[in-house]
Amino acid sequence: MQIALYGLMCVLLIPFVFPTWWMLTSSVKPISDIFAFPPDLWPRRFDWTTYAKVFELQPFGQQYWNSAYIAAIVTAGTMIFSSMAGYAFARIKFPGSNFLFTVVLLGLLIPSEVTIVPLFQMFLGWGMINTHWPLILVPIFGAPSVFATFVMRQFFIALPGELEEAARVDGLGRFKIFWIIALPLAKPALGAVAIFTFLHSWNLYLEPIVFISSRNMFTLPQALTQFTDAYGGAMWNIQMAAATMTALPVLAVFIIAQKQFVEGLAHTGLKG
Amino acid sequence: MTTATTPRKRPFWTIERRDAIAGYTFVAPQLIGTVVFVLIPLGLVFWYSLHEWNVLANSFNFVGDANYQLLLRDPQLPRVLTASAIFSAGLAVLNMSLALLLAVLLDQKLRGIVVFRTLFFSPVVVSLVAWTIVWSFLLQNNGGINGFLQMIGIQGPNWLREPGTAMVSVIVVQVFKNVGLNMILFLAALQGVPKELYEAARVDGASAWKQFRRITVPMISPTILLTSIITIVGSLQVFAQIAVLTQGGPGVSTTVLVYYLYQQAFQFHYFGYGSTLSILLFLIVAVLTFVQWQLRKRIVFYEN
Repeated sequence: MQIALYGLMCVLLIPFVFPTWWMLTSSVKPISDIFAFPPDLWPRRFDWTTYAKVFELQPFGQQYWNSAYIAAIVTAGTMIFSSMAGYAFARIKFPGSNFLFTVVLLGLLIPSEVTIVPLFQMFLGWGMINTHWPLILVPIFGAPSVFATFVMRQFFIALPGELEEAARVDGLGRFKIFWIIALPLAKPALGAVAIFTFLHSWNLYLEPIVFISSRNMFTLPQALTQFTDAYGGAMWNIQMAAATMTALPVLAVFIIAQKQFVEGLAHTGLKG
Repeated sequence: MTTATTPRKRPFWTIERRDAIAGYTFVAPQLIGTVVFVLIPLGLVFWYSLHEWNVLANSFNFVGDANYQLLLRDPQLPRVLTASAIFSAGLAVLNMSLALLLAVLLDQKLRGIVVFRTLFFSPVVVSLVAWTIVWSFLLQNNGGINGFLQMIGIQGPNWLREPGTAMVSVIVVQVFKNVGLNMILFLAALQGVPKELYEAARVDGASAWKQFRRITVPMISPTILLTSIITIVGSLQVFAQIAVLTQGGPGVSTTVLVYYLYQQAFQFHYFGYGSTLSILLFLIVAVLTFVQWQLRKRIVFYEN
């Protein structure tokens, strides 16, 4: 019975892990072996120059930096703004808070795909086309951050109020209560918000191809599709090398921290 | 606490007033950001949809409901909506059932189960375009998948270039990418079902399948509904996968609504008609979300 279960799971695993294996091995195959028949599970010859070529064909280091710093700013900004708003909507009584919460929640119904045309016009008017501003501002305030605000609010609502009351008696102001008492308790929710915000920014594709037009400003998802020869044919081994460099660091972080990763997402996602 | 020592003279800065200031300050960045980058653009997209606007010709004329008339007559639109419906329905059904199967398997008490959980989840953290490009490479006519099929004597189709298989490919690539998320949510829900229920059922002689149908499914139905909302609304936003794998083809067989809207607005420069398509997308998302929240009230058996 146990062996049957292991067997079933191993078969089911193939489409989940084989693409990553194929990406890694194909990234070091010479172009002549890339469509070899029968397919090679292990490269018959190694060509490590594919990795150098990635940097020759594109300003890949610059593009890597673009994606990394944009994702860092979006993640930090979303964590700050969504935890502040989530805390206020959950714990502070102020006139109109329910109405304002409804206004923010409306953002969940409006993915940026719906508003991409006016967003393009707005950023065009502000002279921000072919800059990274749209890739930072739209995610920080759009649907993903609204979801983050919702998640943080649900978390703060469930916190017991005694600690805050004690802090108030001691004369702490709202900001200090938020910063010193509530926020440290919210680490699991913040962790989940950080993970899905980072992945969202890291994967963004429609916004970059609408807003960004010069190679030096490209983000990784955009850059990955650019490794083609003079006839528009894909240079598969170089593309796989670029894909490997894009995928591997995040995958490594995930495998090291997978427990916090998975459990954080599970516990936050459940409280919908 | 100044109020306690001087009870007759209430200070201007009462707790209520301070809280109000703090509350507005705390929500201000998110609120203003959402208004500027989400709600105002939604208003603008409706305004644009009432105009004939060709960026190249630099024309912007009020035309009333002409774009909506065009929407009804657009011969491509039924095919685009069909493609969207097939994609979303196929994705939701495959994703939810595979996620549930994997969650049930991962819920077994087996050695090394965490390794399996990690591996099934791993595509979620792989860059979306990297994942899609690798599958595009695998699905080429002379690519890896057809190579392996040929080894066992099967002539595989040209997956991304034939109408039937192109749609299946796009769905399957997306399912394997993201099913790990729903799997984890289901797994957490399964682990929250009280074990006594199963023991009682076993005493009554209920089969494993009956236990699954009568205990597991009702107990995790809130999670099933929540994840189905997220999955279907998410599936309507699919863009990168289509752009990388098929560019909407062959023909328009994989041109989903977002991809069509992108083509109309940013490839053909019809901003007015593109905005009309945006309104259609918004209405579909809104109606689906509303219907599912209504269903949530009716059919969910158990909610904590």
